Amino acid sequence: MKLDSLLSEKKFSILERWFNLILESYSADTQSFLKREKDRFDNPVAYEFGQGIEGIYEALLHGMDRDRVSSFLDRIISIRAIQDFSPSGAIAFIFLLKKVIREELEREARENGISEELIELESRIDGLALLSFDIYMKRREKLYEIRVNEVKNRVSGLLRRAGLISELEEKPDPKKRKH
Amino acid sequence: MPEVPKPEELMKIDYRPPERPWMETKPEFRGGRFCNAASPKWLEALDYPYARTWSVTDEDWNLPENWKDIVLESMHDRLNRFRSLRLFFDICVRCGACADKCHYFIGSGDPKNMPVLRAELLRSVYRRYYTVAGKLLGKLAGARELTEDVLKEWFYYLYQCTECRRCSVFCPYGIDMAELTILGRELLSSVGINTEWVMASVGSCYRTGNHIGAPPHAYKDMIDFFCDECEEVTGIRPRPSFNRKGAEILFVAPSGDYFADPGTYTFMGYLLLFEYLDLDYTISGYASEGGNFGYFISHEMGKRLNYKIYSEAKRLGVKWILGGECGHMWRVLNQYMDTWNGPADFLEEPVSPITDTRFENAKSTKMVHVTEFTADLIKHGKLKLDKSRNDHIVLTYHDSCNPARAMGLFEEPRYIMRNVCNNFYEMPQNTIRESTFCCGSGSGLNADELLEVRMRGGLPRANAVRYVHEKHGVNHLGCICAIDRAVLPPLLEYWGLDVEITGIHEMVANALVFPGEKKKTVDLRDRTLKGVEPEEIEEEE
Ligand code: SF4
Ligand code: SF4
Repeated sequence: MKLDSLLSEKKFSILERWFNLILESYSADTQSFLKREKDRFDNPVAYEFGQGIEGIYEALLHGMDRDRVSSFLDRIISIRAIQDFSPSGAIAFIFLLKKVIREELEREARENGISEELIELESRIDGLALLSFDIYMKRREKLYEIRVNEVKNRVSGLLRRAGLISELEEKPDPKKRKH
Repeated sequence: MPEVPKPEELMKIDYRPPERPWMETKPEFRGGRFCNAASPKWLEALDYPYARTWSVTDEDWNLPENWKDIVLESMHDRLNRFRSLRLFFDICVRCGACADKCHYFIGSGDPKNMPVLRAELLRSVYRRYYTVAGKLLGKLAGARELTEDVLKEWFYYLYQCTECRRCSVFCPYGIDMAELTILGRELLSSVGINTEWVMASVGSCYRTGNHIGAPPHAYKDMIDFFCDECEEVTGIRPRPSFNRKGAEILFVAPSGDYFADPGTYTFMGYLLLFEYLDLDYTISGYASEGGNFGYFISHEMGKRLNYKIYSEAKRLGVKWILGGECGHMWRVLNQYMDTWNGPADFLEEPVSPITDTRFENAKSTKMVHVTEFTADLIKHGKLKLDKSRNDHIVLTYHDSCNPARAMGLFEEPRYIMRNVCNNFYEMPQNTIRESTFCCGSGSGLNADELLEVRMRGGLPRANAVRYVHEKHGVNHLGCICAIDRAVLPPLLEYWGLDVEITGIHEMVANALVFPGEKKKTVDLRDRTLKGVEPEEIEEEE
């Protein structure tokens, strides 16, 4: 219980540290943009990350159903899954929360005997990490699915059904008509 | 025992990228992030140099032995021919105003996608070989040698620019990054570095007149088929004519509108509108493509592919040309066609035969945008419209980059949409009109193998769509670009938005009330109209 109130109390500074730590996975120029630009439409990545981590934090504090917490995780993972990250790089942000909480609550953990609660919290974060892995995989699968469908949909379904495109699919070899 | 990292150690992994100067970081060619190399057959068909088989992921790109001389010579040649190029190289003060305006930078976080740095990739080589400081001081003056790695980097980042010109809007000097990208891609082409997606379209277009390689009879079959569809849904059969000499108007559309959904419904929309007006128009079997992939890779190729439009207009003896809903097609028609292949003095200044409006803006090119034409019809009360037939549509509008930024076409499409649809909501101001966010797949980047890059680039656009979707229940995204119609559906699918893409003339046709028509129960996509009871549809059947 003690831990819960501490986490509520320190919510702002924990989220801020977590956010900044996540941004450190980008180059210096990118970080300064992500931190500076406050408009959610000019800077959708930072906005989504902000919304995502706040939702996840709330989920840890007050509990949340799987779908809802997944939607918050997805706000971050959907973006990192298409940026230049390895799979571990894309979902490492969730582990960073452990680091932030430990550092923020270091003194309290020693003085107030909350280490047990802390261990329990950390295992909940581990649960979120597993969930993140599923979400990441779903995102990557979605990409492949879209790619396959895109190749299929390149030609109008209407025309295909009318049998009007077979001729085009075998494009004549332009080499044969060398001028 | 092999070392397995413990979770705590994994947590300590430092994901911070190493801070190396930009000149020393090399691109990594991973799947989803580059376009495939063009096969030699297209290059041969187009007389493009150094046709060969090569692969982007190979260490050795099989360049001609004297590749460096060729590239530098090409650069030299272009510096002499295009005053703009030298100017763009010299005047950038690196103020950074453009830096965070590119959708690829915003979505990827890769600093080399900042327009200023994208330009710097080329500019640094220019400095090394064309400025005194660069020759003497090298890196200190921001100059660098042209190496194979530099060439690869050009390829990587010049094919991550959609030539959308959003950055140019914010540049105090108006430096046009699209021009730099085109010229940069020309330099790459000079040593045989081209992409399959673009060259296949260009090669096909050069042969048959359109990107998909449809010969005239196939093109005609498709349009006939659309007439069947129109008749089935509305009871009205359009009667277009093909290659008809002496018609008043030549109509040219992008191939995306007759080849891929949902563009096909836009094409049906044109056909029904022209039928309603009993317009004296014809369709050419050779000028069967308004789009121009050639323009994405070189000014010469753009010119070659564009030539057919005036030449067909001349052959058919029409008075003026009407063009369909396409994006880059209009940058070419509005800003280049006249100087490339004009003057079109064999045509007349366009006048609407229905309203007698003189399209003075098209005095020189003789080509009118179909939304200008239709907006004028509505303004003069020439169309009987029943907006409620689009009541199942809650609409927002994506300003396609080229009609918006290269043509200033903001009001006409909006005027039409407001007159054919009751529910229209704008996306936030900083994401529309001249600040519009690109779809992320223009300028020949709509290849499926580039999907990841496209999803990054389209993120800011999708994000603004999400906002109106959640706030107003928007379920349709209108646009006037065939590439948009092809690439926005996968984009919105990735970002989890249940929003359909529609052309403007599709909705015009839905709303159009023909004299003596049968009762309408479905729209062009065969979807039941709002307020129609299931029995009414059964009755009809
Ligand atoms: S993609 Fe658009 S905004 Fe980005 S550099 Fe190219 S022209 Fe500029
Ligand atoms: S805004 Fe213009 S002058 Fe400023 S850095 Fe960008 S290109 Fe250079």
